[in-house]
Amino acid sequence: MSVIVRVPTILRSYTGGEAEIAGEGATLNDVLHDLETRHAGLLTRVLDDNGKIRRFVNVYVNEEDVRFEQGLETPTPSGTAVSILAAVAGG
Amino acid sequence: MTNPNQLDFGPATGLICRECETPAELGARHVCAECFGPLEVKYEFGAITREQIEAGPRSIWRYAALLPVPADAANRPLDLAPGFTKLQESHNLAQRLGMTKLWIKDDRDNPTHSFKDRVVAVAMTAGKTLGFKTISCASTGNLANAVAAAAARAGVKSVVLIPDNLEQGKVVTSAVYGTTLVGIHGNYDDVNRLCSEIADDRGYGFVNVNLRPYYAEGSKTLGYEIAEQLGWRLPDQVVVPIASGSLLTKIDKAFKELIALGLVEAKPYRIFGAQATGCNPVAEAFEKGWDVVRPQKPNTIAKSLAIGNPADGPYAIDVANRTNGSIGHVSDEQIVDGIRLLAETEGIFAETAGGVTVANLKQFIERGELDPTLETVVLNTGDGLKTIEAISDNVGFTVTIPPSLEAFRAAVPE
Repeated sequence: MSVIVRVPTILRSYTGGEAEIAGEGATLNDVLHDLETRHAGLLTRVLDDNGKIRRFVNVYVNEEDVRFEQGLETPTPSGTAVSILAAVAGG
Repeated sequence: MTNPNQLDFGPATGLICRECETPAELGARHVCAECFGPLEVKYEFGAITREQIEAGPRSIWRYAALLPVPADAANRPLDLAPGFTKLQESHNLAQRLGMTKLWIKDDRDNPTHSFKDRVVAVAMTAGKTLGFKTISCASTGNLANAVAAAAARAGVKSVVLIPDNLEQGKVVTSAVYGTTLVGIHGNYDDVNRLCSEIADDRGYGFVNVNLRPYYAEGSKTLGYEIAEQLGWRLPDQVVVPIASGSLLTKIDKAFKELIALGLVEAKPYRIFGAQATGCNPVAEAFEKGWDVVRPQKPNTIAKSLAIGNPADGPYAIDVANRTNGSIGHVSDEQIVDGIRLLAETEGIFAETAGGVTVANLKQFIERGELDPTLETVVLNTGDGLKTIEAISDNVGFTVTIPPSLEAFRAAVPE
């Protein structure tokens, strides 16, 4: 039940410089909390004080913005690719 | 002027987060390390006079002292020198809409026929300062043209990413410049997401990702030009198309700077935003009074405005609210009508974004939101020749006849 999580440069201080890290969990929320056990501090950069995805952060599960899926409850079966990105880009 | 990196960004002194105001050094970065909010350029302007600007070149570089570029930006030969496009007084369209004073700011006059040449020129200058060898972008078409052309002129490599279902006129007009043109099986938001990942993976200067703070400042030149061309004064109302929302916020920023610098008299102005119904996340949030913008899956002929997850949406809403403007949206049918109305009354063939803007202007007047007795400027940001598909089912031959005078007389009444 392993998923690969890509993290942006701006968060790689929490991953020892790694661009991709492995996580476990049935949902995106579970995966993020699992990552926090090995990469302390990462979680609060992605989620706000109310436990929601921050306004300027986009999270994608298999290339789909989770805001179009089930948000933090989006399922993350084994082999899922998760990508965390800064939302402010483009135009 | 110097900055901590000893890089020449002219009057720019640093970057600052628009949300939490945490400062950042000038460099290839676009989001705040603290809160992921957008970084903006911060300046210390010296004294700038109308005369200095008027003595400058007939391009955006006459405003170099107001942009994050070296003072000698105008003297760089490997540049397409965009800007200083026509501000056309539009009597016929004004009459048709029952307006007193209307101007079209027509950015078809730019080197690749859209306002994107402005933002790219500033981003390319920053990219050169920062030493990038490859320039890149995520685009709905116009930006792709502008990046590919500017890179060709500057002699640097470009890699341009666009949705693979764009209008042929926008694909060909990027490819011709010899860029690496990558078609993505997806919509613009997919392309944009991919580009954020590539920006972390390759050492590219992405004009609308890691160079975005500089790029976005280029849009201010549209605001400066409008004011200068009106004789150094601000219009009462401006109608601006919204894709990411960046352009609208920068028109406002330009007006505020001109007032602060004493280059125009302070006066109230109203800024209106224009979207297509098939991609109206900013108009939807404005109507419903939300302070966040809910992303959408776009479905409209106005592909250049089809950004479902607009980065500057909330800030565009702030500007419309603060200036007592509005943000509206129109159907694809209204967009086609808008394109034809502008062409038939003013001889300006706009791309779909221009149709969106003109159709919204009409609708704002009909709804009593925009005052037709006040001086109004409407932005046309692109050229209809790139999006012929949008109206090719609606216009064409009036009649086809054999090559005989008799047939002509029968077909075309006196």
